[in-house]
Amino acid sequence: MNKMPKWADVALIPAINLLLALAVSALVIAYIGENPVQAMKIMIKGAVGSAYGWGYTLYYATNFIFTGLAVAVAFHARLFNIGGEGQAMLGGLGVALVCLALPWPHWTLALPAAVVGGALFGAAWAAIPAYLQAKRGSHIVITTIMFNFIASALLVYLLNNVLKVPGSMAPETPRFIEGARLPTAYDFGAWLGFTRSAPLNVAFFVALACCVGVWFLIWRTRLGYEIRAFGQSEPAAVYAGIQPVKITVIAMLISGGLAGLMGVNAVQGEAERLIIDSVQGAGFVGIAVALMGRSHPVGVLIAAVLFGALYQGGAELEFEIPAISREMIVVIQALVILFTGALDNMVRAPVARLFSGFGKGAA
Amino acid sequence: MTSQTQTGGRPDMAAPSAAPAIELRGISKAFGPVQANKDIAIRVERGTIHGIIGENGAGKSTLMSILYGFYKADAGEIFIGGQKTEIPDSQAAIRAGIGMVFQHFKLVENFTVLENVVLGAEEGAFLRPSLAKARTLLTNLSREYALDVDPDALIENLSVGHQQRVEILKALYRKADILILDEPTGVLTPSEADHLFRILHGLRDEGKTIILITHKLREIMEITDTVSVMRRGEMTATVKTAETSPTELAELMVGRKVLLRVDKTPANPGATVLDVSDLRVTDEKGVERLKGVSLNVRAGEILGIAGVAGNGQSELLQVLGGIADAKGTITLNGKPLSLSGPDSDGRARRAAGITHVPEDRHKLGLILDFAAWENTGFGYQHRPEYSHSGIMDNAALRADTDGKMERFDVRPPHNWLAAKSFSGGNQQKLVLAREMEQNPDLLLVGQPTRGVDIGAIEFIHQRLIQLRDEGKAILLVSVELEEILSLSDRIAVMFDGRIMGERLPGDTDETELGMLMAGMDGKAG
Amino acid sequence: MDLNTILQLLDSSLRLATPLLFACLAGLFSERAGIFDIGLEGKMLAAAFFSAAAAAVSGSAWVGLAAGCTASLLLAALHGVASITFRGNQLISGVAINFLAVGLTVLIGQNWFKLGGRTPPLQGDARFQNIDLPLASTIESVPILGPLYSEVLSGHSILVYVGLLSVLGSWYVLFRTRFGLRLRAVGENPGAVDTAGVSVVGLRYSAVLICGMLCGLAGTYLATGLSAGFVKDMSAGRGFIALAALIFAKWRPWSALGACLLFGLLEALGNRFQTFELAGVTMPTQLMQALPYILTVVILAGFVGKAIPPRAGGEPYVKER
Repeated sequence: MNKMPKWADVALIPAINLLLALAVSALVIAYIGENPVQAMKIMIKGAVGSAYGWGYTLYYATNFIFTGLAVAVAFHARLFNIGGEGQAMLGGLGVALVCLALPWPHWTLALPAAVVGGALFGAAWAAIPAYLQAKRGSHIVITTIMFNFIASALLVYLLNNVLKVPGSMAPETPRFIEGARLPTAYDFGAWLGFTRSAPLNVAFFVALACCVGVWFLIWRTRLGYEIRAFGQSEPAAVYAGIQPVKITVIAMLISGGLAGLMGVNAVQGEAERLIIDSVQGAGFVGIAVALMGRSHPVGVLIAAVLFGALYQGGAELEFEIPAISREMIVVIQALVILFTGALDNMVRAPVARLFSGFGKGAA
Repeated sequence: MTSQTQTGGRPDMAAPSAAPAIELRGISKAFGPVQANKDIAIRVERGTIHGIIGENGAGKSTLMSILYGFYKADAGEIFIGGQKTEIPDSQAAIRAGIGMVFQHFKLVENFTVLENVVLGAEEGAFLRPSLAKARTLLTNLSREYALDVDPDALIENLSVGHQQRVEILKALYRKADILILDEPTGVLTPSEADHLFRILHGLRDEGKTIILITHKLREIMEITDTVSVMRRGEMTATVKTAETSPTELAELMVGRKVLLRVDKTPANPGATVLDVSDLRVTDEKGVERLKGVSLNVRAGEILGIAGVAGNGQSELLQVLGGIADAKGTITLNGKPLSLSGPDSDGRARRAAGITHVPEDRHKLGLILDFAAWENTGFGYQHRPEYSHSGIMDNAALRADTDGKMERFDVRPPHNWLAAKSFSGGNQQKLVLAREMEQNPDLLLVGQPTRGVDIGAIEFIHQRLIQLRDEGKAILLVSVELEEILSLSDRIAVMFDGRIMGERLPGDTDETELGMLMAGMDGKAG
Repeated sequence: MDLNTILQLLDSSLRLATPLLFACLAGLFSERAGIFDIGLEGKMLAAAFFSAAAAAVSGSAWVGLAAGCTASLLLAALHGVASITFRGNQLISGVAINFLAVGLTVLIGQNWFKLGGRTPPLQGDARFQNIDLPLASTIESVPILGPLYSEVLSGHSILVYVGLLSVLGSWYVLFRTRFGLRLRAVGENPGAVDTAGVSVVGLRYSAVLICGMLCGLAGTYLATGLSAGFVKDMSAGRGFIALAALIFAKWRPWSALGACLLFGLLEALGNRFQTFELAGVTMPTQLMQALPYILTVVILAGFVGKAIPPRAGGEPYVKER
């Protein structure tokens, strides 16, 4: 059975899945009466053809790294955290509260505090579903979905009634003070051609650090070892003296915390205030990113950049070809989730057969 | 063993010239590189009980799954009642009059007996008339064969023995003439097994044909009329039960003379290491699984726990290994152990000096997708030699694994291979190496040779004796009586959550132990 | 609150409960057969768009119904292929289907109608008209029961009554027919069904397609009954509320009706009042919106009766060796 080489599993199959998703997307574009090849060119050029494009692509990628890592860590414990959206919303709230709480003198002080605030709030929002799963067996997929909606209602309430600027109609907080704003790509990368408009900011480096951190956590620490063992087999984990309740809760707290960190990028780095919809579906994109990246930080990073490019390229596409609306991105995203996640066996089985065929031929 | 004589006296239902109930010719089936069945031929006469015996993995279940339409044979022909029959699916098998009682019951737990029996064999599109009709039929069948099953009981509330009878009822309701039972007594208490045998005799006398798949010689001798032996996917012999002996069958099964005794010197026991008294365990359904077990194990001796599976041995191992909670007292080297709460988990037990080779290495003992070296640290991830301040020392684990693989002759000796890539015997050696080399005061061993090839069995037995001779205490649980008899220095027999008695291997024999395992107290003849 | 307000509230509760009810029953069939479906939302949305589009073009609500159900059935079939044939992860498949619906409806809508993803507003026969039940005006004067019948129960589009009848139908099919017995069995122990000689795959596909059909009705009602046309994201989480209702109802048809009516009432209250006084405490409208989800979490937590899902749910069936 298991004769497939590792590279096929981690690279070939995701690549085929991605190609299938893109092929179907091309069919959709062709149906709308546009030229898929041209659309593809516009997207690639728009996303990575200029410093301007990169400024957006990497900004989006930063969001998706956080949410993708969140889903990936939970996957390692065989938990499907579909609540990244809500956890990121709450993380944004945490970041905003931190930024508004003190007269920050400099971003180097505000950033670590915001990281803690975002992670704490995101983790807190994951804590209840985690506890209910661990202690009462409540299906975490359903509870985290429910918590997404509750988070959304909570945020609307807070922004309308508690946090908004007095007298203003807009449901958003005041803009953060200068000392709480993060340097953008223009500040640290003008020499690369980034302009003032680029939303990319230092949170990108926080995201990269998280990739390294998650890699270290999962493959080098005892906790990561226990998380993976628990994810592979709960009865075996119990045999080995690993406590399921503890691991479930810790894995979900880490997962929620990572999702919450997205607020550092979107709220502190980009909007510089808390608005109603700062997450914009990035929590769900995280699912696609984790699936495509096979829950490995390197894979997540690559997949996140790919999706970042997709988002930025999609925006350019809408601008250049108005007939293709921004929702094309959502379609492509859906197809990626479909082919890499749900229809994985459709590709895997024939590929595995191919390899066992080779094996026999060689023997 | 007197029951076998009755086979000769029984009047044959079918004339000798009649076509056999089942005939298989040249059946072959491969799963990838594994040849599960090789050119199998078999004839089963109508109105007989035919046993198929063989070791785990000999291909018995595959053969029966082909007969029941679960797998398609690569080659070969099936004749039912002399007619060549294609069995592409279960529906076809049922039409051909074949009923199957699987080892793991195929029942819907929150349905009633009646609903389970009717499922798939309903009279029409509407349920009520179907159920009403089935109820009458079921009551009759139940009475006719003394099955004693309440049609309205929910399956989840029935005992295992009753659930099995529901499976038999399902087959009879579908008018099966041929009944296949796959390891039917594995989960039964001795009295339930006796009841089952009476039912099977009754069915045979009604003219049904019964195929009994088992790896237990005792059952074959007790109940079958003819027996076929399978080894490594091949049918090695078919004989009349009355004309054979357990020894002959055992040889046919394993292919060479079995070494029943392990070379060992008498034990030289020291101080008491483990002392268990009045241990009680209640499962989540509220059923008491251990009903006051008391025992002790001394340094330098092997205490063997004999018993039919499901009589509390697993629970005993789980409590000692820190997997399940219990009430009562356990002391290790005089120090009491926690029996619930965080201090009673597997980590605490290992820290106290108990290591554990679990009964099911696939489910518990190994993470199958982890590499061999990662499995070396499994359960010991907190030990300073494997991790420091929360960071795993992967290099140390790899090096240690290489040493273990050499000392325990694990093949192939590649520490990076996933645990699932090793054969059963080599997987077991990986677990044994891990648990035996942690210098335990007490080693718990469950089914050490289950699904392990003969060569590895001898190796494992020698290692266990060696560890005993180093002065360690060993608690051995096995359902293989021969293993218990040949390894143990003392034998405790468990039945229904209790210790029925303790014997010394020199002073007892299989018959007496069998009586105790069946819940019968006192000395037998 | 006067009687009139209460009657109006109940009336709109029933209307708002109807799409939930269809979707909830849809989930009931799917999950009872062991296929988790978090793609109710997407199927509903797709049905809403295609029913509105077809109704707008043809001028007939019935054509819209056919188109809506077809779209939903196609997505259901996709879910079946992924989770039954290819044994993929049912949850992930559901997530994909939700996104697919969100994206495709707007993309195609824009392409067809150039209205920013909307369909043209539906008028006349392109919508399902409200119908008065017999004797509605006659017994109106009977105290309590009269207004309840004529104001609340009567005067809805035909799909509302189809929805109520679907509850009875679902209960009957699941608990009184051979198909229902097998369907429930396949969600509890597919091995039992397989060894009984019944096709697990066939049963599960049937369940998934019934689910698609009912989601089609839900979406069609949304676009052609409750509203007059499609707007972007118009399902607005109703598929998830339906899922919540399903858990709330512990996978039972009659309880599903109760749960959907309750959640419909919450929505009606939220629509009517910006804030809501209960026992002297002012409840913000957002709390009303979140209440179905909060209640579901409470139920899932097992503090108010344990919700036990079908045992084989979410697991693809693989024959044992």
